[in-house]
Amino acid sequence: MIAPSTQFKQDAIRITGDDQRLNLIHTGMKKYEASRGVRQSAFKDWQSARQTAAEIKWDAINHLDTHLVEFADKLEANGAKVHWASNAQQARDIIMGIVRDKGARSIVKSKVMTGEEIHLNQALEKEGYDVVESDLGEYIVQLRHEEPYHFVFPAMHLARGEISDLFERELGSAPTDNPEELTMIARRAIREKYITADIGISGANFGVAETGMISITENEGNARLTCAMPNVHISLMGIEKVLPKLRDLAIFLPMLATAGSGQALTGYNSMYRGPRAEGESDGPEEFHVVLLDNRRTELLADPEQRDALHCIRCGACLNVCPIYRNIGGHAYGTTYQGPIGSVITPHLRGLQDWKHLSGASSLCGACTQTCPVKINLHEHLLQNRRNASSEKPVWWEKIAFKLAGFAMNRPALFQLGLKVAHLAQPLHGLVKGSVLDPARAWTKTRELPEVAGESFRDYWKKRS
Amino acid sequence: MKVTLFIPCFIDACFPRAGISMVEILEQLGHSIDYPEELTCCGQPAFNSGCWAEARDVAERVVDRLVDADAVVVASGSCGAMLHNFYPELFAGTEREQAAKTLASKTSEFSDFLVSKLGVTNLGARFPAKVTFHDGCHGLRELGIKDQPRALLAEVEGLELVEMEDAETCCGFGGTFAAKFPMISTAMGDRKCGNAGDTEAEFIVSNDSSCLMHIQGLLDRQGQSLKTIHLAEILASR
Repeated sequence: MIAPSTQFKQDAIRITGDDQRLNLIHTGMKKYEASRGVRQSAFKDWQSARQTAAEIKWDAINHLDTHLVEFADKLEANGAKVHWASNAQQARDIIMGIVRDKGARSIVKSKVMTGEEIHLNQALEKEGYDVVESDLGEYIVQLRHEEPYHFVFPAMHLARGEISDLFERELGSAPTDNPEELTMIARRAIREKYITADIGISGANFGVAETGMISITENEGNARLTCAMPNVHISLMGIEKVLPKLRDLAIFLPMLATAGSGQALTGYNSMYRGPRAEGESDGPEEFHVVLLDNRRTELLADPEQRDALHCIRCGACLNVCPIYRNIGGHAYGTTYQGPIGSVITPHLRGLQDWKHLSGASSLCGACTQTCPVKINLHEHLLQNRRNASSEKPVWWEKIAFKLAGFAMNRPALFQLGLKVAHLAQPLHGLVKGSVLDPARAWTKTRELPEVAGESFRDYWKKRS
Repeated sequence: MKVTLFIPCFIDACFPRAGISMVEILEQLGHSIDYPEELTCCGQPAFNSGCWAEARDVAERVVDRLVDADAVVVASGSCGAMLHNFYPELFAGTEREQAAKTLASKTSEFSDFLVSKLGVTNLGARFPAKVTFHDGCHGLRELGIKDQPRALLAEVEGLELVEMEDAETCCGFGGTFAAKFPMISTAMGDRKCGNAGDTEAEFIVSNDSSCLMHIQGLLDRQGQSLKTIHLAEILASR
């Protein structure tokens, strides 16, 4: 198997050359930026809202043990069944167990990023179950046999024409450039599934410990149908999604909508606390909540980076990230793309295999500046680099910095180096851009600056 | 006031005009300059690569030499952020922890020093040209420098400032990132050059020569006439 870092570089080269795709991404992100700006300014004070949200999440994460137990107890008191999954395999086994137990054939899913994380669809499909994504973007990438491009906007990389072609090929619909018509084509196909599905699988944007509820934010109404129509509802939720109080949603629902999609509130926000109760006319007969750790507790054990668990998966850091905007989502090769993905993936899937994502950043800090819950994202990228280097040093880098440090700490040697570089400059032209060029990584697309004949140091010496 | 000027290695080597301009401006304002010749680099390349021990080897000398200065002015937003924000982190838990904090508290980037510390905006400069300003990320987000360079440029006779789209978006330099991921760095830089070019300005101005080195490198390769120039050079123009 090709190493993730090699794959990443290959993909980055390919995608940075695909202007058409990148222009689509840029246009989408500019629209997001504009609407988000409007919504953000509707907050009385966005910065203090961020502070409040960060404090609530701090409490939630630093007292996760008690909040989680309260959440699970309340859910069970409401008639839900709570399952604890330490890792992806356990989570899959739990869900497969429920599915088998119910003798289910057909499964409908609303958007579940934790499902992507544990590769749930592949596991279900391997056993012959019919699994359909009901979120429009997820449905589109499912038909294309692709991973989501962005954990909030899964199909943002596709132009309308491409979606029309896909529907024509997969669903036999007539070609159209009209987004409403495209939505209707997908809706007709998916609606059938809600009626026939035995099981609905959702994620959870928040879990409220105080009341034992999960909260789901969406725009299409598909999650409501997924959670309410089939006889069994399974929610797969990361343990970091717990909030202490119901009132906390008063800040998190508008914040998620604003930072996530530039909306005041999303079209639908629903809360689920248990299965159909006696006397109720609808809702599932069974409600299962699967709480997923999958190495989140390892992040929790790291006081320096624990705040990465504050993440509400709004995707704002991806939207503003110049790296994401120039390489797109698939290049990351992760469930969670962009800055937050680069921060947490090394914790979730191994530092040495995924450290390149922390390296692939100019550390511009746009992510940290935008994060609604104030995660110090770019600082964590730096810390990942440091941790990777102290765990397993890259020998050539270590030697290079040792040599550089040796010269830097001897100004006379540094100055001699500059003189040599100045004199050798004309020779560089002979190898510039070729495989012999030591500065090839730079000179392939850029000219090198000239080393001045008279350095600042020379000027200073002359003056005094 | 005695101002200790920290000239980062690449300014010393490739962009001495930026440093010389700073000396001229500060002396014109009546300050005396202390230039610590024994210092070269702040250690940021090693720090950003995760090699913190190697970074400390270089940074220790900087802390020791500058900690007793009255005021330290750094000729680059990025190196300024290194001294101001990252040294305290780099030296946390070491014997220089307190010294790093002390140094941080007296360190400023050049334009910030002029406007926020000295309260000066009009330096009597004349630079008849249309320019656009690129906000270097470290200056902008680590040090909060946005209005200071613009306040200085507003007083320059004959100068017209036209803001480019996404002036606050990273140019793609990012230190070692530019060499480790040249394809991404170049794609980011191309967008920056495009946005700057759209303003029809003659110069891209910044308070960070490292961004400008990358941008100029791209412009030169593409044969564009747009030029980059450090803010200090404009402020020293007559």
